[in-house]
Amino acid sequence: MATSLAPRRSDVRPPLPATAHGPGPGRWPHLRRRLTDNALAYGFLAAGILSFAYFSWYPLVRGITLSFQRDNLITDPQWIGLGNYRTLLADPLFWTAWKNTAEFTGLALLFGYAVPFVIAVLLNELRHFKAYFRIAVYLPVMLPPIVSVMLWQYFYDPGQGLFNTLLHGAHLPTSQWVQSPHTAMISLVLVSTWANMGGATLMYLAALQSIPGELYEAAELDGAGMWARLRHVTVPQMRFVMLVLLLLQIISTMQVFIEPFQMTGFTNTSTITVMTLVYRYAFAVNNDFGLAAAMSVLLFAVLAVFAAVYLRLTRDGEKG
Amino acid sequence: MTAIPAGRNARVGIAVAAVAALGFSVSGCGASGDDSADPNGKITITVNDMPAKTDPVNRKIFLQDVAAFEKANPKIHVVPHEGQMDPQTFSTKLAGGQLENAYYVYLTDPAGIIAKHQAADITDALKDYPQAQQVKPELRKVFQDEAGRTYGVTEGNYSMGLVYNRTLFKKAGLDPDKPPTTWDEVRTDAKKIAALGKGITGYGDYSKSNTGGWHFTAEMYSRGGDVAKQRSDGTWKADFDNVTGRAVLQQLHDMRWTDDSMGQRQLLEWADLLQMMGSGKLGMYLATSDNIPTIAAQYKGDPKEYGFGAIPEGKGTLAGGGGFMFSPKNSPAQTRAALAWIMFKYENPDRITMGQKRAAAHKQPVGLPEPNIWTGAAQKTKAAADKKYANQPVANYKPFSDAIGAIPLRLEPPQAQKIYAVLDTAMAKVLTEKNADIDKLLGDASKQVDALLAAQ
Repeated sequence: MATSLAPRRSDVRPPLPATAHGPGPGRWPHLRRRLTDNALAYGFLAAGILSFAYFSWYPLVRGITLSFQRDNLITDPQWIGLGNYRTLLADPLFWTAWKNTAEFTGLALLFGYAVPFVIAVLLNELRHFKAYFRIAVYLPVMLPPIVSVMLWQYFYDPGQGLFNTLLHGAHLPTSQWVQSPHTAMISLVLVSTWANMGGATLMYLAALQSIPGELYEAAELDGAGMWARLRHVTVPQMRFVMLVLLLLQIISTMQVFIEPFQMTGFTNTSTITVMTLVYRYAFAVNNDFGLAAAMSVLLFAVLAVFAAVYLRLTRDGEKG
Repeated sequence: MTAIPAGRNARVGIAVAAVAALGFSVSGCGASGDDSADPNGKITITVNDMPAKTDPVNRKIFLQDVAAFEKANPKIHVVPHEGQMDPQTFSTKLAGGQLENAYYVYLTDPAGIIAKHQAADITDALKDYPQAQQVKPELRKVFQDEAGRTYGVTEGNYSMGLVYNRTLFKKAGLDPDKPPTTWDEVRTDAKKIAALGKGITGYGDYSKSNTGGWHFTAEMYSRGGDVAKQRSDGTWKADFDNVTGRAVLQQLHDMRWTDDSMGQRQLLEWADLLQMMGSGKLGMYLATSDNIPTIAAQYKGDPKEYGFGAIPEGKGTLAGGGGFMFSPKNSPAQTRAALAWIMFKYENPDRITMGQKRAAAHKQPVGLPEPNIWTGAAQKTKAAADKKYANQPVANYKPFSDAIGAIPLRLEPPQAQKIYAVLDTAMAKVLTEKNADIDKLLGDASKQVDALLAAQ
């Protein structure tokens, strides 16, 4: 049966006889024919490759080469080999930034990983006002990050802020929030969790709603209560989505920048993170883009490991 | 022969066009030195320092000046940009060809900019403007290299004093005509002002985005101390890990934690204290006199409420200000056009009187003790215009005007912004951590500053 998908006979050409004319149009007949036959495809491919090369691959390669140079972007760059990496390892702030980033990531997973799951389960159980609550949960994601952070700066203001006013009114002890080194990090995590949990919640919700109802019915017939259903049906069915979200969250929280930058500044050692230290190296203190690039390359290397695991998982997930 | 499906030629064309467009967009990046001349020989120049929309009055005045300049110079088109010098983006803007043809700099910047060849030489072009010779020589020298070549012109000069709220002084039982002149008096007065309650802060200080280090430096100077010292071999060393440095941080720590006169909200940066002063919630803070019109214009404060006193202790005061330099990527014609604009707007004795009259008409403060960049006839013109159009209670600034002549003016240290960033940490720690280890903070900061100074 002839279909539009089958190649037309006229498109399938026999190979041309080889010529003995040396260089010329007849020299590479296959190549020439492939080029003319696929000119359109190569045209579109070239546009894509050029775009990727210029906007993605070139900056990546430039960043890596920059990490081996001393460069202020004004005078000619100097090749210094591993000099930037040695400088990094000797800088006490380097270790502080990694420690703070690990702390932020750990706390963000503790809050930002569990909370959206719980909210998604609750939303899934709702019978009324479903749309309203979904919008309410997702709303913070739609706010520009800087707006969220400035809003929370007002909440956290230890003098006249919303939280301390409420605590004071309830005769409870107030807090210094981001002002105190002891509570600064957890305060930043709360902002980040509030601002970003909407996306994760909706992904969980979609996964929850794709769980076949028969599984729950069967569990109920077996006498399973709410917790048993959650443990034996919901969590196993959601395992893949939870794992993927865990990796995505590690990748995104390790790049935290806007919260510490805006709320506590790039000079505050209590909350300086890898990304704020990159900023400090490049723009604020050292004016050394090579050093900043070296720090970025190290972060890239760490994140690449998680990204590789994520890609592997999603590929396996698609297969299975 | 293969038939090409209908529309294929068109699609090939689109693909080729997309590639070509991308190629053009890539090759078109970062053009510089272009005279942007139209067929009529008109030159377009970019300049910064246009006030933001949040300051509508001064923005309007600025745009009036642009229109007046273009009318007087029909061959020049001025494209103004908001903002002034941002040390954090300066290098990248220059490298990316995005730096304005004439750009604002702080008085601390020219030496480094000249050394790195980041400014155009305007020595010959400046000969067309004899009024430039009436600017104070010490301010002109800032923009010159060792060979005497000139790379920029001065716009304003300021020195640090104490801005205070006279109304809160009265309410706290203090004499608004006698601001504190020592740091002990600052502490005592701040305590009395903070005792008024209602979220009022006695004394405010910075600790974020380099402003903390900037104020630490001003406070060191005020006590006769230093932040960096040049040794006999020409190298620089940090000079604040000492009794003066400890006194500065200890005083702030005690005011914050023992007296509770500095408010609970810390990690403040430049605009925060102006905002607090504008809303009547702050008693005193260190600033230059030009903060007063900014508080009035942008933060809705009443300029008559503010007094301006000399820096406490008065053993030295941080002097600063700004001017304009010219992109090294300019064509000679662009530099001449940009210089023409800068001289018209900022160094123009013929427009001093008109400027003060217009400022007064727009209810902008006239009669502040600074800026005062002029000498000779231009200075006399300015003094007369100030007197004629003064709409400020000049008496409010008398404590500053009376003392300033006797206080040594001190410029910022080399690598100022970098040093400030390091010192921010010390300021932030004493203001946010009750048990901050001042000795350790000074020691750590000193090591970091030494490393910065050694690498310059």
